[in-house]
Amino acid sequence: MSADILYTFEVVINGLMSGVLYALVALGFVLIFKASGIFNYAQGVMALFAALTLVGIMEGQVPFAHVINATFGTDIHTFGWTVPALLGIALTLVVMIVFAWMVHTFVFRHLVGQEPIILFMATIGLAYFLEGVGDLMWGSDIKTLDVGIPQGGSLWVENISAHLGGDDFYGFFIDKLDITASIVAAILVAGLIVFAQYTKQGRAMRAVADDHQAALSVGISLNFIWVLVWSLAGMVALVAGVMWGAKSGVQFSLSLIALKALPVLMLGGFTSIPGAIVGGLIIGVGEKLFEYTVGPMVGGATENWFAYVLALIFLVFRPQGLFGERIIERV
Amino acid sequence: MLYREAGDFKTTYAADSQTFPIAFDRWRYWAVLAVAWLVIPFVIDDYWANAILVPFLIYSIAAIGLNILTGYCGQVSLGTGGFMAVGAYSVYKLMTAFPDVSMLIHVVLAGFITAAVGAAFGLPSLRIKGFYLAVATLAAQFFLVWLFNKVPWFYNYSASGQISAPERFVGGIAVTGAGTAPAAQYLICLFFVTLCALLARNLTRGSVGRKWMAIRDMDIAAEIIGVNPLTAKLSAFAVSSFFIGIAGALFFAVYLGAVEVGEAFGIQKSFLVLFMCIIGGLGSIFGSFAGAAFLVLLPVALKVLGVDLLGWPSSTVAHLQLVAVGALIMFFLIKEPHGLAQLWRIAKEKLRLWPFPY
Repeated sequence: MSADILYTFEVVINGLMSGVLYALVALGFVLIFKASGIFNYAQGVMALFAALTLVGIMEGQVPFAHVINATFGTDIHTFGWTVPALLGIALTLVVMIVFAWMVHTFVFRHLVGQEPIILFMATIGLAYFLEGVGDLMWGSDIKTLDVGIPQGGSLWVENISAHLGGDDFYGFFIDKLDITASIVAAILVAGLIVFAQYTKQGRAMRAVADDHQAALSVGISLNFIWVLVWSLAGMVALVAGVMWGAKSGVQFSLSLIALKALPVLMLGGFTSIPGAIVGGLIIGVGEKLFEYTVGPMVGGATENWFAYVLALIFLVFRPQGLFGERIIERV
Repeated sequence: MLYREAGDFKTTYAADSQTFPIAFDRWRYWAVLAVAWLVIPFVIDDYWANAILVPFLIYSIAAIGLNILTGYCGQVSLGTGGFMAVGAYSVYKLMTAFPDVSMLIHVVLAGFITAAVGAAFGLPSLRIKGFYLAVATLAAQFFLVWLFNKVPWFYNYSASGQISAPERFVGGIAVTGAGTAPAAQYLICLFFVTLCALLARNLTRGSVGRKWMAIRDMDIAAEIIGVNPLTAKLSAFAVSSFFIGIAGALFFAVYLGAVEVGEAFGIQKSFLVLFMCIIGGLGSIFGSFAGAAFLVLLPVALKVLGVDLLGWPSSTVAHLQLVAVGALIMFFLIKEPHGLAQLWRIAKEKLRLWPFPY
């Protein structure tokens, strides 16, 4: 095979890998949207917040150190201990669950029955709020997150694939982190599906997604399910935050991946978990390929908009997305 | 006592269907206009112009524009920043290509160009609805910003990739460029705000506005009673983009003077204008002003309070501002989903019965 085709192949594989990360974020959206009809714009910021909290806990930072120092004139920054990664992740998960409970109790319980667009606006407000809180709590400087995930190109893949091409082909370059992320994402999705299909709470969750009133009438607590769903979304956000944070550092731009997840959702349909994954892969591959083939002709950086335009064109032909439920309108 | 219809007799149809049926409202309207046109230009200084009044006026135009689309026609758009960029870049190209033509004409032309672009990006709205449309408008936002970054023709091949406004005059007085007097900046913005608000108010009262509202309330039902969704939705996109384009043109030429597109017209700007509409009240011209005033004043107030009074570092205050804006939006949506305009309406209802409510 010629090197060109192989390099295109490499682009596709890398696109699939980054598509997995998009799919991870999109998954959080779908969970909440299915169960409560809330289109959660804050999902990306939740990932950022989770990653910030994880770094903060692992490094033993004092929360709100900047505010405390500014108000009382003290000079404290850290507790002086470090926390191992696993314990840190567990603690962050607790924080995310508390956050889920607070979001539900203080905001969205009061907005039940409002129009979807109002709920969407509220989540944008939530995104701002959470971003501000995250920065106030842990500081806004770029942090590195190291939870022991291997990084860098995988030599093994490179050596195995090197002999596929001629002399000008040196093997595929695939980041170990991306491979890990794909495996973790697969486990996560499998876990979620098992949870939704085979546990009592999972069944209740699906019932709520089908019909709130019917679920309520057979004795399912909507409040509990909604907190549960927000917690699950928080967990997915944590995983996405860890992966993206390890990849590109924990910083504000992490919250922008939420925007990248939107076209993924549009492609896959807002209500479909497989849709989120397939959509993520399509977007990931599509934008990498487009950048590789057309990008150099038009000045590059097409990744910024390609996903949206692709989704837009796609939607014109199929307004409910790939796997979305058929939109039926009643007058 | 003052605020009621009683005793205010209408003898012509024109008087009966005027914008403000209550005499007190008319007086208030003229009083506001008189203060804005005759008092403020003489007392304005640089700080007030640049920190509060000029941004307030420009954001008001943008908020009116978005309110027409989102509040009156029900099509959520997250592409405001991109459309403002279209206005800014078209006015820049016009200013540099035709230096002798009046600035006022350039700004209006920039509005028309943006209207055309907006209508083009509004086409998918005929197929896509709700959230899907909101996300689709993001395509406009990112694509336009990228376009202005990557195609050198738009920024006249300048080395920095920025555009900066050359000095231009209206009636012999500089309105753009470095040597502009605060009063001139203020007045040109005020001129466009007055025009736009008048236009928007009357459009939304007329048959066009009623069609938009019919589409907003239920598009299928509107179609059945004879509203053409194609013309209604596209006209909403065009008119809305016209206002937003004017706002973008003024934002670049009069307010900032030099602009880097990703920074000035990024996605944050889209959200900011959307928040103005929500906090002010969707479907209300007054609400657009109220929302713009609120979100322009909030950072200034927080900065005065946090940095000047409490002595906090300005980065902390900036984060606090995010928290405050986010919390306020959630608070407003819970307590009053119809925004400041609804509070104003309630106050007026109360005032009508005062001092003898039943």
